[in-house]
Amino acid sequence: MENVNDLRDQLTKTITRPIEKIVKFFITASAFAAILISISIIFTLLTEAINFFQDPAVTFKGYFTATRWTPTFQNPEYGVIVLISSTLYIAVIACLISFPLGLFSAIYLSEFATKRTRKVIKPVLEVLAGVPTVVFGYFALNWITPNIIQRFIPGTGVFNALSAGIAVGIMIIPTVASISDDALNAVPNSLRNGSLALGATRRITSLKIMFPAALSGIIASFILGFSRAIGETMIVTIAGGQYPELNLDPRSAMYTITSSIVNVSLGDTPHGTTAYNALFALGITLFIMTFILNIGSDYIARKYRKEYE
Amino acid sequence: METKETVQVNSESVFNVTDLSVSYGDFVAIKNVNMDITKNKITAFIGPSGCGKSTLIRSFNRMNDLILGAKVNGTITYQGVDLYDKMVDPVQVRRRIGMVFQKPNPFPKTIKENITFGLKVNNMTDNMDDRVEKALTQAALWDEVKDDLDKNALELSGGQQQRLCIARTIAVEPDTILMDEPCSALDPVATKKIEDLMQELVKEFSILIVTHNMQQASRSSDYCAFFTTKTSDDGKRRTGELVEFNETSVMFTTPDKELTEQYISGRFG
Repeated sequence: MENVNDLRDQLTKTITRPIEKIVKFFITASAFAAILISISIIFTLLTEAINFFQDPAVTFKGYFTATRWTPTFQNPEYGVIVLISSTLYIAVIACLISFPLGLFSAIYLSEFATKRTRKVIKPVLEVLAGVPTVVFGYFALNWITPNIIQRFIPGTGVFNALSAGIAVGIMIIPTVASISDDALNAVPNSLRNGSLALGATRRITSLKIMFPAALSGIIASFILGFSRAIGETMIVTIAGGQYPELNLDPRSAMYTITSSIVNVSLGDTPHGTTAYNALFALGITLFIMTFILNIGSDYIARKYRKEYE
Repeated sequence: METKETVQVNSESVFNVTDLSVSYGDFVAIKNVNMDITKNKITAFIGPSGCGKSTLIRSFNRMNDLILGAKVNGTITYQGVDLYDKMVDPVQVRRRIGMVFQKPNPFPKTIKENITFGLKVNNMTDNMDDRVEKALTQAALWDEVKDDLDKNALELSGGQQQRLCIARTIAVEPDTILMDEPCSALDPVATKKIEDLMQELVKEFSILIVTHNMQQASRSSDYCAFFTTKTSDDGKRRTGELVEFNETSVMFTTPDKELTEQYISGRFG
């Protein structure tokens, strides 16, 4: 029998192990840094946006009802609806391009492609995701607009919503494709086999069994793609133009939230002026929009997630 | 014994397997299989893990086609037709030769939709409600689910899910059912239900079943094939081979081969 007191001595805390504590501190700090940064961003946006709304020339009503966004004009108007509608308009064009193409490539990759073709296509898609958005912007302005849009739709301006929307759409294809592909791959192979064993073809199996089973992930990829389209800046600034009035003609220039932020911050708008503070009001508007979308995507992914096992 | 004998003489075979081997790339999973599978009987494949019995059963409805690099040599004829003929459409093959898998794999849809999916795929859309009821009744599941047909199939217990998978398989009226260890994920009570069910189904269908469970093979099969792995001379490759194929009653009492006897009595495997 071992002596109980000896054993107790051996098991008693003697070493403090400082390295454990230091490492734990840094890991915890990193995790909380993200939260801290988010809070300070929101705080900055909010305080400056409040300054914006305190200007007597600005009203909440005007912000949401005026049909011009002209903060640097003699008689400034702050109709954010112009920017929101342009932003959504271009985002919808982008989605019309990226949802079908992204989803179909995901279905192709996960259901039809051989290992070898998959090995080629996956990296190419990832290259597409790595192209800097400024490149897409000039691609839209200097190639899509003259070679496609102006050729088929005469009378289109150099800066136009259509070209910007298409380029943004191409930019998001990899996002949609890759998340949808992950969602399809997460569906157990046993479902695919079960369907094929019943005499279903590959087409029916992918559309009727695999697609619905992966729906939550696919919807999440759509929402994330939409959210990226809304936040996209460079392409719309370069190719979308800056038309400051309410307008729904895809052939003409538009003015998105992001590109107006770029313009205000690049221009000579003096610090502290209402035009300058408008930038933060736009920032918080955009933030709220993408925030709602991200929450929505998270909610849908959770709600419609099918539990296997 | 005597009745069995006459049955064997008079019965037709549904599959004839000749010099069959299946390989994945360079790896030969199973080779030199020759056997005739009798119609409307239960044929069990037994043997230690890795002996290629699951691989073999998957070649009866061309499920091996789905595995990259899988290659089937030799012939399997199904009622006289070479299943691996170039002109044979695997989709049509699978409509006639159904399969139940090791783990229950109901679709994440309602109980009813699990059955109607196969019906729609096979253009059997007339009297769908009757067909659903008939299939579920045949699978001994109707009484348990008749009031919950619109419930998600994933809410059923494991045993119920497996019977649903059997129901959806028989709903499309195949003539053969392949079962790849259908009870390995189930508890003894659910296993018993599936075994009883097999005895009912075999009146209408030919059944091939892979099982790890020796008692299950001896209890429920009419014929039994015992496979084992042979290691190549250099010790690097293991390939499955058919050791003995016999009536179950014979195999479990007086097997022809020493190896079979050892396996059955639990001395190896």
